[in-house]
Amino acid sequence: MNVTVLFFASLREALGVERERIALEAGATVDSLRALLIARGEQWQPLSRGSVRAAVNQSLVTGANMLADGDEVAFFPPVTGG
Amino acid sequence: MSVSVQKGDFDVGAEIGALTDVAGAGAVASFVGVVRGGEGAEAIRAMTLEHYPGMTEKSLADIIEQAQGRWPLLGVRVIHRVGRLLPGDRIVFVGVASRHRGAAFEACEFVMDYLKTRAPFWKKEETAQGARWVDARESDDAAAARWDKGE
Repeated sequence: MNVTVLFFASLREALGVERERIALEAGATVDSLRALLIARGEQWQPLSRGSVRAAVNQSLVTGANMLADGDEVAFFPPVTGG
Repeated sequence: MSVSVQKGDFDVGAEIGALTDVAGAGAVASFVGVVRGGEGAEAIRAMTLEHYPGMTEKSLADIIEQAQGRWPLLGVRVIHRVGRLLPGDRIVFVGVASRHRGAAFEACEFVMDYLKTRAPFWKKEETAQGARWVDARESDDAAAARWDKGE
């Protein structure tokens, strides 16, 4: 299955990536996707920060959230609007 | 109930006026957030607001829905600006109409507290020392958590 991954704000700048299509094995979760990205190397370490939040299809989720084909997954730092 | 995420400014008087015109309204409470300036090396010269288009609108609509579940609201208006703003510029407007002031005050504060901790906006400040992303504040999390404890 394929998912679209988006990165925002300081995380986007630290990674140097805004968006990417990624192929995943069935049964993948937000945590397993994140681990797969972090394992790519030094550039991806900012994703391992404990403060990183995740959303799937534009709703906040926890790391255990299962992913499905076509999902839009976003990783970002704590929000600071208002 | 309506939400706008926009680059342009908004007319506070017109927004409050529209809420006071809502049928049955006996109280309107509002909040306006403004870009702080400050002095010295830490003074903010400008601020850029990034957001997650689509999720932003969805999360604000969800926050309003939660407020409607807690208080008898007759009207809610949320406006949040994005892009580059200068000290003194308005950032956010939250206005709530209800029959009585208690619900209006509380719901307005609830919407702001949830917006600050859940809606996907991020601020980047420009000072004389360069640009930096604003850190989330624990006091904002604590403010939002109050509503979960029934305080």
